[in-house]
Amino acid sequence: MTATAPTPRIAWRVATVVESITETPRTRTIILDVPGWPGHRAGQHVDVRLTAEDGYQTERSYSIASPPEDASLALTVERLEDGEVSPYLAEELRPGDQLELRGPIGGYFVWDVSQGGPLFLVGGGSGIVPLMAMLRHRDAALAAAGAEGRHRVPARLLYSSRRWEDVIYRDELARLAKRDETLEVTHTLTREAPEGWSGFRRRIDRVMLAEVAWPASERPQTFICGPTPLVESAAALLVDLGHHPGLVKTERFGPTGGAV
Amino acid sequence: MTPISRGFRGRRSSSAAESRLPPGQYETRDFPVLSAGPTPRVSLDSWDFTLRSAANKSARWTWTEFLALPRQTITTDIHCVTKWSKFGTAWEGIAIDTILAAAAAQGVEPSPYVLARCDGGYTTNVPLADLMGGKAWIAFSYDGAALPPEHGGPARLLVPHLYFWKSAKWVRELRMTENDTPGFWESLGYHNYGDPWREQRYSGDE
Repeated sequence: MTATAPTPRIAWRVATVVESITETPRTRTIILDVPGWPGHRAGQHVDVRLTAEDGYQTERSYSIASPPEDASLALTVERLEDGEVSPYLAEELRPGDQLELRGPIGGYFVWDVSQGGPLFLVGGGSGIVPLMAMLRHRDAALAAAGAEGRHRVPARLLYSSRRWEDVIYRDELARLAKRDETLEVTHTLTREAPEGWSGFRRRIDRVMLAEVAWPASERPQTFICGPTPLVESAAALLVDLGHHPGLVKTERFGPTGGAV
Repeated sequence: MTPISRGFRGRRSSSAAESRLPPGQYETRDFPVLSAGPTPRVSLDSWDFTLRSAANKSARWTWTEFLALPRQTITTDIHCVTKWSKFGTAWEGIAIDTILAAAAAQGVEPSPYVLARCDGGYTTNVPLADLMGGKAWIAFSYDGAALPPEHGGPARLLVPHLYFWKSAKWVRELRMTENDTPGFWESLGYHNYGDPWREQRYSGDE
């Protein structure tokens, strides 16, 4: 690379694990110290590269969970039963361990407060991760703006999980919503609900979106992330409800048949 | 210095699979779906396909006319920039060579660059040379059935020797130009050319 290169190569950096936090039985957040990290926007991801002792390497992409305001980088990883990388990241990695990553990557599924609102987030399972970066960023960026600032960028999250114990960031979401009258968090549980549960108990459908989403006339900026069937269905239903397709941004992951 | 990931063993592919995998890729048996927005729906009655020259001359086919062009079956490996590769995918489509020849007969002259334009607003740029010589198709069938909408149906560009974002879903027009114009992902930090064997994922990758 020379000084005249039009775009610098996104460099591989060595990251050190600072902390590993259990979020749910299947997910863990890895807090990383990344010297030289150039900063990111909420919604972006990184490529992670692991190297075995014999030199074998493999790469995967993971969404960034932390907001740009944080000094360290957080990735939340769901352990896939037959995964090559996720069981290692979620179970084996300890503070002090090192891995390589490069990023940030992705310039479309991103949001920051200057883009305004209202903001509508739809997540399924670990699809919450980039959406959480947006909510954390919104919270941090508006902290100084007071109620008036928050009202300019109201946000709603519709989050589909299998069971209550599978809800990632459950307590933090409750805390954020409690102290912020302009953030509404709605859960739906598709497999099993705790006793006394009064919330939604089914997959995201048209009636649910009509009830939870901002009206299309408010032109919300919508971000949907989750398994393909959820994303396909929610995006099509929102377009059907009158939302402009250009305002509905999607990110899909996981096997084609996955369902939350 | 590349750090060793303590306790990481990994799952090596067979050596046969290994030689088919570009650097940084792993094999998947699934067919993941990736797109930036809602899946556009278009009726076949209103679908058409256009090849347009830099001089703005165009050749256009309706769905029925398009399917009447000579078809090819293609079996190929595909490589997504998000790291998965899928071996031996089976497609049916019209070779871009066929489309160029049919259009040339109508006075549509070639130019060195192509911008693919799609329903939903997606675009991607590919040099014309990469679409010629039996290297690219407009595909309308996958695995023996009509191409499903989430995989780009009714028809998508198929350029399997480049990362799969170049194989634009829901393609409606190939516009030839004298100058290279970055498409959607190419304007958002992804590599302008996207050769998986040189691991050209992002702008700045050599």
